[in-house]
Amino acid sequence: MQSLLTARIWRGGSDGAFVTYEVPRQDSQTVLDVVTWVQRALDPTLAYRYACRVGMCGSCAMTVNGRARWTCRTHVERVAPHGILDIAPLANLPVIKDLTTDMADFFDKWTKAEGRFQGAATRRQDFARVAPDSRQRRAVDAAIECIGCGVCYASCDVVNWRPDFLGPAALNRAWTLVNDVRDIALRQRLRAVAGDAGCHSCHTQGSCTERCPKNLAPTSAIAGLKRVTAQAAMRRKL
Amino acid sequence: MTGDDILLQARLWWWQRTSAMALAFCVLVHLGVIIYAVHAGLSAASLLGRTRGNVVFGAFYTLFVLACAIHAPIGLMNVAREWLGWRPRPVGWLAAAFALAIVVLGLRAVYGVVVA
Ligand code: SF4
Ligand code: SF4
Ligand code: FES
Repeated sequence: MQSLLTARIWRGGSDGAFVTYEVPRQDSQTVLDVVTWVQRALDPTLAYRYACRVGMCGSCAMTVNGRARWTCRTHVERVAPHGILDIAPLANLPVIKDLTTDMADFFDKWTKAEGRFQGAATRRQDFARVAPDSRQRRAVDAAIECIGCGVCYASCDVVNWRPDFLGPAALNRAWTLVNDVRDIALRQRLRAVAGDAGCHSCHTQGSCTERCPKNLAPTSAIAGLKRVTAQAAMRRKL
Repeated sequence: MTGDDILLQARLWWWQRTSAMALAFCVLVHLGVIIYAVHAGLSAASLLGRTRGNVVFGAFYTLFVLACAIHAPIGLMNVAREWLGWRPRPVGWLAAAFALAIVVLGLRAVYGVVVA
């Protein structure tokens, strides 16, 4: 006989509630597989997001047994050894319906943190040459693989208690650009990420780094921003 | 948030970080001094005999006091702003008063064992 898994899935908006479903257990089953099975076999009105199913697009993050995770690469056996799975929408974001959240704030903050590359070169110029082992290039490499999943943002206590805090992902993005030698908007970006809504509010406790599924370290990116903004401020260049 | 506030915060962070480095050094030396004093079983009179007129001792503890006077009020400021939701201006006054208290009490103690 096939064993069953008890999945309690959040239904409704922010005032919704968990609804319990019995889902057949399978080998190598992911949390996303569970949600998909519920939608296909039991209730087609269940709303959730995913796209790539291989950990690239960043759209499938949810709260799984109390922790934000990417669901397409989270195996049931690893997070629910006793066969009980609570699946809720990401925290710190408004719930639209069921497992989908409104991520507008999250991405707007990337814009507020000057997360857009601004170069000076034209297409007629040759490629910029950046030595792979230079200090700045290495700092970029360490932070660039963000998939924008929002796991860090949902795990950050500071985001929870001060809604204007830019959050780990946007600050991590800004850090990659601060270290991009081709970028020309350094000063403006440092001003955007300094202060109460920016890097100075981070408590350096590292929930973001602990939970990031890509093993990035927004905490160190933020520490880097604090360092660079302080140096700029002491040289009257902020 | 105003531009001045950003500049101030970034500078305060620099001062707090720099004073933290000084404190890390000072606390270690201070612990060493305590252990030395206790192991040597020194009396108050013989302690004072060693500290009076000791310029190095005086300079070291003056640095220690100043590092505390910079570091602690900045931390207190952050707590008051974040947890109590105080505005920057009253927080600034509170921090300045606290810094002054540390400087006065600390330097008075240094004066007491080195000069008086
Ligand atoms: S380290 Fe900073 S950004 Fe990361 S979770 Fe903690 S407070 Fe948030
Ligand atoms: S930093 Fe990590 S957790 Fe945060 S959005 Fe990027 S990939 Fe997701
Ligand atoms: S579905 Fe794309 S990262 Fe999970």
